[in-house]
Amino acid sequence: MNKIVRRFIAGTLTLGLAALSITGCGSAKNGTESAQAGESKKVYRTLDEIKESGTINIGVFSDKNPFGYVDENGEYQGYDVYLAERLGKDLGVEINYVSTEAASRVEYLETGKVDIVLANFTVTEERAEKVDFALPYMNVALGVVSHDDNVIEDLSQITADDQVIVISGTTAETYLEKEYPDIKLQKFDTYATAKTAFENGTGVAWANDNTEVIAYAKENAGYVVGIPSLGSQDTIAPAVSKGNSSLLDWINGEIESLGKENFFHADYEATLIDTYGADYEETLVVEGGKVE
Amino acid sequence: MGFEVLFKGNNLIRLFEGLLAALRISFISVIISIFCGLIVGTLMTQENRVIRVITRGYLEFIRIMPQMVLLFIVYFGTTKALGINMSAETSSIIVFSLWGTAEMADLVRGALTSIPAIQYESSYSLGLTSAQTYVYVIIPQIIRRMLPLSINLITRMIKTTSLVMMIGIVEVLKVGQQIIEANRKSSPNAAFGVFATIFFLYFIVCWPISLLSKYLEKKWEN
Repeated sequence: MNKIVRRFIAGTLTLGLAALSITGCGSAKNGTESAQAGESKKVYRTLDEIKESGTINIGVFSDKNPFGYVDENGEYQGYDVYLAERLGKDLGVEINYVSTEAASRVEYLETGKVDIVLANFTVTEERAEKVDFALPYMNVALGVVSHDDNVIEDLSQITADDQVIVISGTTAETYLEKEYPDIKLQKFDTYATAKTAFENGTGVAWANDNTEVIAYAKENAGYVVGIPSLGSQDTIAPAVSKGNSSLLDWINGEIESLGKENFFHADYEATLIDTYGADYEETLVVEGGKVE
Repeated sequence: MGFEVLFKGNNLIRLFEGLLAALRISFISVIISIFCGLIVGTLMTQENRVIRVITRGYLEFIRIMPQMVLLFIVYFGTTKALGINMSAETSSIIVFSLWGTAEMADLVRGALTSIPAIQYESSYSLGLTSAQTYVYVIIPQIIRRMLPLSINLITRMIKTTSLVMMIGIVEVLKVGQQIIEANRKSSPNAAFGVFATIFFLYFIVCWPISLLSKYLEKKWEN
């Protein structure tokens, strides 16, 4: 009995110690972070420092076709990469691509491990507290795809008996629940199950990111995107470390001047047209940083 | 079946490069883990309370923390908190060594405590010093006992290296995902072929390790 009690005490102590060391780490980190903010110690490299080093580190996706992916020759390609290539060229430096994941994009900038993130980065208020976004170069919104014999062009067409398919955890789900609580939603966990259900006639319409529904309608005959753009208009923009104003200003100037030569339309035609078709060029592309 | 995408351009070479990246990280970490694990494991069996609490705390800490969290702490956290800028590869070797050492040490501890006290007493009575006892009597016995479990740990470490893609290292699984995504439209079934190939690559790496362990177990059986 004595032994068991002793073991229990030892175990609790160990756990406590582990917890202490974790919180210890945490508070130490916070301490230095605030200290850094106080001294305004910078983690990033300024425009001149990047030019001097001759290489710029750009975080992109390496497996999100057609925005950022790697082709069979090991070269980075895609809508984001097309812009990255141009930025590198105009800056006169080599590009070192860093393969990022959606979950680590903010961290990369916060630690200055990359200079720019060009990874289909949607501008949100929450992210803007941690990183600085430049001018946008693409639109994203929600879209609704429906069967071509009953095209839904307005959400008011949906009757009380109809169901709309959404994927759980997406912005489409949150948006419809909040703004249209009367619409009956049929929720699926994965893209594949939602797709099968929709094709078997479960819902009258399917709401998702507009890039997704547009690509879907283009790949599958018999479906039409009746509502190509719904809800809050979000944008995709390059991001730099918080406070890196020299680089941010340069990118903004660059995006504005690229607008004069219709650069992003050329980018769309080179990278996205196979997936989304010519019809959505004006919906998706933001030229010269100006959202209409 | 999706195997055709492997022969496009440099895809096969890229897969092998990815495999090499994963193996470099895992083998360096495995070697460090075996070495440090032996030391820490021996420390864990000591009577000294302070040493036991520290080693026990270290083991539990590493066990509780998911490797992914450790990777983020070491790669991003050290830069944020201490301003140390380590390469992604160094960070992953540190994380995998910390993890491997902890698990290895626990195996060593288990094996050491399973050695009956009479083994120690007999060697002392033969006039061996404490160090000699460990080197000639105890360690040869614990290595034999630990072998199957260590092989299990080593193969687990090799397979877990796929997590390093989270800090930007392009290893074999990431290359696989890149190939599948790049050919999403031209070969929608590429996933099967690519993952089957990756399975085979992991297999040809881990199988010889298993064979070696079987061979050694046989050889030391007496």
